[in-house]
Amino acid sequence: MIWMTWRQFRPSAIAAAAALLVLAAALAATRPALLSLYTSAGLAACHTGCGTDASRFITSVQASYTGKVYWAGIGIMYLVPAVIGLFWGAPLIARELDSGTFRLAWSQSVTRARWATVKLGLIGGAAILTVGLTSLLIYWWTSPLFQAASQAGQNALSVSRFSAPLFTTHGIVPLGYAAFAFTLGTAAGLLLRRTIPAMAVTLAVFVAIQVLVPMLVRPHLIPPVQTPAISAVQLGSATIGGGQPSPIQVLGISGQPGAWILGDRAVGAAGQTVTSAPSACESPSISYPDGFSSCLLRHGIKVAVSYQPASRYWELQSAETALYLVLAVGLGGLCYWAVRRRQRAA
Amino acid sequence: MTTSAVTASGLGKRYGRHWALSECTLSIPAGRVVGLVGPNGAGKSTLIGLMTGLLGPSTGSIEVLGGPAPNSPAQLARIGYVAQGTPTYAGLSVADHLRFGARANPGWDGALAARRIADLGLDPRKKAGRLSGGQRAQLALTLGLAKRPELLILDEPIASLDPLARHEFLQALTAATAERELSIIMSSHLIGDLEDVCDYLVVLAGSRVLLDGPIAELLASHHLVTGRRRDATSLPPGVQVITESHTDRQSTFLVRSTAPIIDETLAADPVDLEQLVLAYMGGTARTTAILEAQR
Repeated sequence: MIWMTWRQFRPSAIAAAAALLVLAAALAATRPALLSLYTSAGLAACHTGCGTDASRFITSVQASYTGKVYWAGIGIMYLVPAVIGLFWGAPLIARELDSGTFRLAWSQSVTRARWATVKLGLIGGAAILTVGLTSLLIYWWTSPLFQAASQAGQNALSVSRFSAPLFTTHGIVPLGYAAFAFTLGTAAGLLLRRTIPAMAVTLAVFVAIQVLVPMLVRPHLIPPVQTPAISAVQLGSATIGGGQPSPIQVLGISGQPGAWILGDRAVGAAGQTVTSAPSACESPSISYPDGFSSCLLRHGIKVAVSYQPASRYWELQSAETALYLVLAVGLGGLCYWAVRRRQRAA
Repeated sequence: MTTSAVTASGLGKRYGRHWALSECTLSIPAGRVVGLVGPNGAGKSTLIGLMTGLLGPSTGSIEVLGGPAPNSPAQLARIGYVAQGTPTYAGLSVADHLRFGARANPGWDGALAARRIADLGLDPRKKAGRLSGGQRAQLALTLGLAKRPELLILDEPIASLDPLARHEFLQALTAATAERELSIIMSSHLIGDLEDVCDYLVVLAGSRVLLDGPIAELLASHHLVTGRRRDATSLPPGVQVITESHTDRQSTFLVRSTAPIIDETLAADPVDLEQLVLAYMGGTARTTAILEAQR
């Protein structure tokens, strides 16, 4: 069964290897430009206190085409798991059911359980491997950028690494997506029995989940830290902005650099939620943001913030990866069960 | 060697409210070439699905070669199956199919497979998707035979083939049974296809088994009886009327009777297989029309 699975998968494997080679060539061709910006920003020669150089490097990357390559890499990381679900997952069993070849496969001296296990295991493994290799290639290309970002301080890339595009495409979560997208496609193909509808359903469900999970699930994978109502002054001057409907929008918390702010609430002296700033604080004579913060405090308005500390990045990555792996195992188990007890087969 | 190829007892298969097969009780001996005949939708594929283990019964039980319907590698190895439409992997070559067979079957007879492919004149490098229907059926048959099963089950293997390819396919099948001990169960909705190769018949219609037995016995015990117009009740005792038709002056009965019919007012003729099957499966009106037309 292993040989047959490999033989059927061979064209896909060749296509994936070719795509990875093209990607590697494109990244290798553009990386010298990135490195030359790195050198010309002075980072290559810098050893300590390189924050300014690092910021200059990042700005110059954003201004040049290498910035577009960086975002293209993020796009590719979004795309690859979906493509795997569509083109490896959906046809895997649907094509056998559609063409009737499952009857040929299931009448060899190999049980259906083994047939399903080998298919799911090998191609699922290949899916994770492919995403892993893609991720490593892109990581290799971006490594000078991340090094500079850590030197330049928070939000140096103008986006937090907790932001959906970065969190979703970096670290270990893409491996979970690969496994999930593959088994999602396989299960859809098994239930719908036809490749094209299965691909459509796979795409719709995968995109919906990729949109909903960052919004609804990811912030709560680990219960967020909830601050008591604290003075806006304590938050630090660089950390607030005007917000609607709340009079204050918290952008950061002093002492918690890089924290992922999930929610803020302006609270009055009696603990009630305040939706607008006192008019006194809106006066043009009040400086913004420091004077504004002090004014709010004078009026007894504090702010409660919920956030994920930056130190939880890998915990959140692991939790989300685990979530997707559990979903993948569940869907894989569903496929295994459905193949074993398939009753309308003949 | 088991003496029974397939034994079914009260076997039924239901999809929702619809019974695709019901109350099927059968004992098909081993070593036979069995024709499983019935109109489309009679339950042939369902019965074959139950024999191959692709389906599970809703009621009753089935035994194949004295064991359960195949669910283990050992039992799967004993039963070959050429499915309806003789599916093959369009993107894989003939040689790939043989390699698949070799790797997926411990009892694989590589020499037999290679010889058959050579005899058929198939190019091993050719993709199965580019073979003709007849060649694809032969490839599927090769896979079924080379795993060296004790029982080979074929579901409408020749339905979609042209007459020459049908002939060649059946010839290959007959040759395979001549070479070694092999039970064959083959379904078809056309009795004519099976007449030359089968020696045992199962007739299915409307999800039920209507008739089963060795063809020679069935032919010997059925007669086409003609005489002056009369009622079925006036026929000799021990005669079971399968179909009857009447004109103003004459009555025709297709009857089952193990004893010879001795009645000087009646002419008893032997039936051929096609008449017999049509009588059982067509329902009275249609069958008599056909029988009339044939006379």
